[in-house]
Amino acid sequence: MSVSVETRDVSITFGAGPAAVRVLPSVSFSVAPGECFGLVGESGSGKSTVLRCISMLTDIWTGDILINGKSVREMPLIERCRTLQMVFQDPYGSLHPRQSVRTVLNEPLVIHRLGDREERMRKAITDVGLPVSFLDRFPHQLSGGQRQRVAIARALILEPSLLLLDEPTSALDVSVQAEILNLLQRLREERGFTYIMVTHDLAVVDHMCDRFAVMLHGEITEVLPREAIPVNGATHPYARELIGASLEYESAH
Amino acid sequence: MEKPILEVDNLRIRYGGASTEAVRGVSFTLGRERLGIVGESGSGKSTVGRALLRLLPGATITADKLRFGDLDLLTLSEREMLKVRGRRMSMILQDPKFSLNPIRRVGDQVAETYLRHFKCSKAEARDKALTMLEAVKIRDPKRVYDQYPHEISGGMGQRVMIAMMLLADPDLVIADEPTSALDVTVRLQVLNILDSLVRDRGIGLIMISHDLNLVRNFCDRVLIMYAGRVVETLAARDLDRAEHPYTRGLLAAQPRIGGGRAPLAVLDRQPEWLEEKA
Repeated sequence: MSVSVETRDVSITFGAGPAAVRVLPSVSFSVAPGECFGLVGESGSGKSTVLRCISMLTDIWTGDILINGKSVREMPLIERCRTLQMVFQDPYGSLHPRQSVRTVLNEPLVIHRLGDREERMRKAITDVGLPVSFLDRFPHQLSGGQRQRVAIARALILEPSLLLLDEPTSALDVSVQAEILNLLQRLREERGFTYIMVTHDLAVVDHMCDRFAVMLHGEITEVLPREAIPVNGATHPYARELIGASLEYESAH
Repeated sequence: MEKPILEVDNLRIRYGGASTEAVRGVSFTLGRERLGIVGESGSGKSTVGRALLRLLPGATITADKLRFGDLDLLTLSEREMLKVRGRRMSMILQDPKFSLNPIRRVGDQVAETYLRHFKCSKAEARDKALTMLEAVKIRDPKRVYDQYPHEISGGMGQRVMIAMMLLADPDLVIADEPTSALDVTVRLQVLNILDSLVRDRGIGLIMISHDLNLVRNFCDRVLIMYAGRVVETLAARDLDRAEHPYTRGLLAAQPRIGGGRAPLAVLDRQPEWLEEKA
């Protein structure tokens, strides 16, 4: 099932009164069911923070985040985990070094009291293109690309509808990035996932996303369709600069 | 042809305790040009760069020839090597956050290069450093001179690194992923600064990167490494006409702006790539 996501005036403020610091001034955007929505911007612009707000890993925000019209804040933990899952940037840091793939995949099933565990684990690991024998491996026995596949399998095992992807390929080589992007693309076609993807690479946005938001200092400057990238159809000066730099970088030869 | 700056023939590197060699028979020469070394993680590209500066304690380095100008890098003592590092050959590392000393003012760190290698007063070194900071397009170098690394941005940090590495006017600069920690908008500025300085001063540049676009735009010649070997050497402008299936695979795996949405080509690694000679 595909879900829609809507964020309205999500902001984070530290302190109160005149000394208050707004680290995330106000973020609003909506994502259609089954859409792949990109978040781009320079480091420190708040892209990952937005994902952490949606997943409630950060819960000090104010405003509204609605998934299929239902507020994430009011969603019970169990339901939230079944609705959304996150894939992190660094596959070397996001898997427990002393847990086998089986342990990693089994834990959510136990917590959520799901049956057919062996069957579900086999399915998740095959879905991400790894052989079933990999269930008994440890992270140090896997390459970076394989680890990221395991991280995706971990996200898939609870059959969520929304995947939050935080730079899922920036720690990987281009050749491995291609495999992971193809995998994500295929899963979206098969299952109708909604993706929100943070990246700094506009070529990846162009390849994967339908629309994307350009962030600067915690604010969304502009939401653009992917078609705007090759022609640099942005109007905000920063968005223009970002797209311009990416185009120049890619084609200046 | 003028005398090459660097001649490397059949370079082999084995890390201490490793059963196989990390670099297996790499050969190239470098003139006053910009040479790119590309490859995936683990292909041995950074190891080559570090071996040139002899920054691999515990590793065994052998080569038929490893000449830098009039020096034989294989036989040089550590004491002599100290005079080469930073003075005649220097290295720009990936992330300024980790390569600058966090508790010293950035300007003093730049000036240190000059103080160490030339006979001069502190004031002279400071002047040199300030001029160099200006050359890497840092506005208000006097203010930046007295700042600490945590007070400057990543792009500025990397420009400080460039200033530090070029201050002693070396013959060869090795840049190991100089911009992969930077944002796209900043990346181009930093590369353009590095590029123009290297060209103006006639410095040889080795750019180590996993980014094909970067070497295409900022290098004259490219070595493509796979599993410790050079599989192909190309002029950067001919990168699209690469013949080795590995190079072609890398190029095809890259998503492109305005490219189709068909699944990206995936590398089909062949065992014979491990053995082929470039």
